[in-house]
Amino acid sequence: MTTLATELGYADLPQLLIRLTGDEKHDSSSLSTLDVLWVLYDRVLAEDDRFLLSKGHGPTAFYAVLAAKGILPLELLDDFGSFGSALGHHPDRVLVPGAEIGSGSLGHGLPIAVGRALAGRRTFVLVGDGELDEGSNWEAVQYAGRVGLDPLTVVVVDNDSSTYHWPGGIEQRFALEGWHAVRVDGRDHDALAAALLDRVERRPRCVVAEVRR
Amino acid sequence: MTMRARFYEAAAQALERDERVALVLADIGVSQLPRHPRIFNVGIREQLMIGVAAGLALEGYRPVVHSYTPFLVERPYEQVKLDLGHQDVGAVLVSYGASYDASREGRTHQAPEDVALLSALPGWTIHVPGHPDEAEHLFARALETDDRVYIRLSDEQNHARVDGGGLVVLREGEGPFVLAVGPTLGETLAATADLDVSVAYLATVRPFPCEALRASVRGTDVVLVEPYLAGTSSAEISAALSDRPHRLLALGVPNAEFRHYGDPHEHRAAHGLDAAGIRASIERF
Repeated sequence: MTTLATELGYADLPQLLIRLTGDEKHDSSSLSTLDVLWVLYDRVLAEDDRFLLSKGHGPTAFYAVLAAKGILPLELLDDFGSFGSALGHHPDRVLVPGAEIGSGSLGHGLPIAVGRALAGRRTFVLVGDGELDEGSNWEAVQYAGRVGLDPLTVVVVDNDSSTYHWPGGIEQRFALEGWHAVRVDGRDHDALAAALLDRVERRPRCVVAEVRR
Repeated sequence: MTMRARFYEAAAQALERDERVALVLADIGVSQLPRHPRIFNVGIREQLMIGVAAGLALEGYRPVVHSYTPFLVERPYEQVKLDLGHQDVGAVLVSYGASYDASREGRTHQAPEDVALLSALPGWTIHVPGHPDEAEHLFARALETDDRVYIRLSDEQNHARVDGGGLVVLREGEGPFVLAVGPTLGETLAATADLDVSVAYLATVRPFPCEALRASVRGTDVVLVEPYLAGTSSAEISAALSDRPHRLLALGVPNAEFRHYGDPHEHRAAHGLDAAGIRASIERF
């Protein structure tokens, strides 16, 4: 029997994260995405929208938010990472209710999101600042900017984990490619929601969510 | 008309006929096709080309992805593995260039490894047509499914199409069972014209027709002639005949850095895939 939680809120997320026990090694990464994920699922995503977690490392925050929103059965949280579990240390869309892509290898979500957006779907994709080291992302950034792919929004969770950093800021690079790019406090729910709900005609959007490590 | 030209005609018609069909390109092929709102040219960005196809497939489209063989299969190989296979969505990948059509372009434009690479990933149907008619038919069939399908187009082609699909036995003899894949059939028939051997033809190599092979092979000796990396289908044949004593000679493009230019027929001869080379190999066998 599955138990769907429909009444849980942001304050309940820590206890859901505690249920996700085991040998998860990406706690800080996981928590860096927690507020962005909560704002997306609580205030931004409409029924027909798609959210792609490209940065599949540390998915506990993703699983916790899906469970809190009643998308993921709560009991799945208890055997996280076990042989028969649906919940691995990187999510698999075939196994995880609510996961729109399987991710783990970095630099795949944004190109897939471009395809979904080309189909006319309002699509949000979460990447990490370290993940942006992967060149495949920039093929997508360049193309989406030049064709003005406005159904597409990229959220970059920036906890300065890229080995060689992004001198001058990530948002400058997106802006140069024609994106509407802003930087907000990645813990400030109102600022995140405002940036994610903002829409600019004929331009894809980049929201850099800064999170201190 | 070449297989490639036939594909462009068929793709343009499919775009008009079926609103699920979308074409994803990375510059190559753009000038051969009409403008259409469901042709997405991403520029010279092959990783994105596969990712976009995956996104379109996730949204219910039937993406057709087309480029030169090394840029379609090798450069974005992880995208093929993860964006299509791991996401559990399909696409039709249509390559041209085969192993050495681009003989003068050198190693960078040659990909005899393509079928072996895609065979290493689960769930791919792999077609190696030997004639433009076969290519058009296989492409039309691929559009009717949501499977992951690879169609390998080549400038090399046989004199006539082979009807029937699957493993087709063209003639029977007492000697080895010679299985020609795709465009190797013409040279294989010339090589064996006066030999007492069986000759069979195969254009769809994955899934490999193990049962048909078991039913067709009567003796112990099998000669496999493939237009790509030698031995690509050896494991399939060994598995199909695992309970029978048998010998296998696998002909194809050697696994070597081949630093020559010239014409495709010179490459074919150098690899022992022309009629003389195939015949010499069979006689040594």
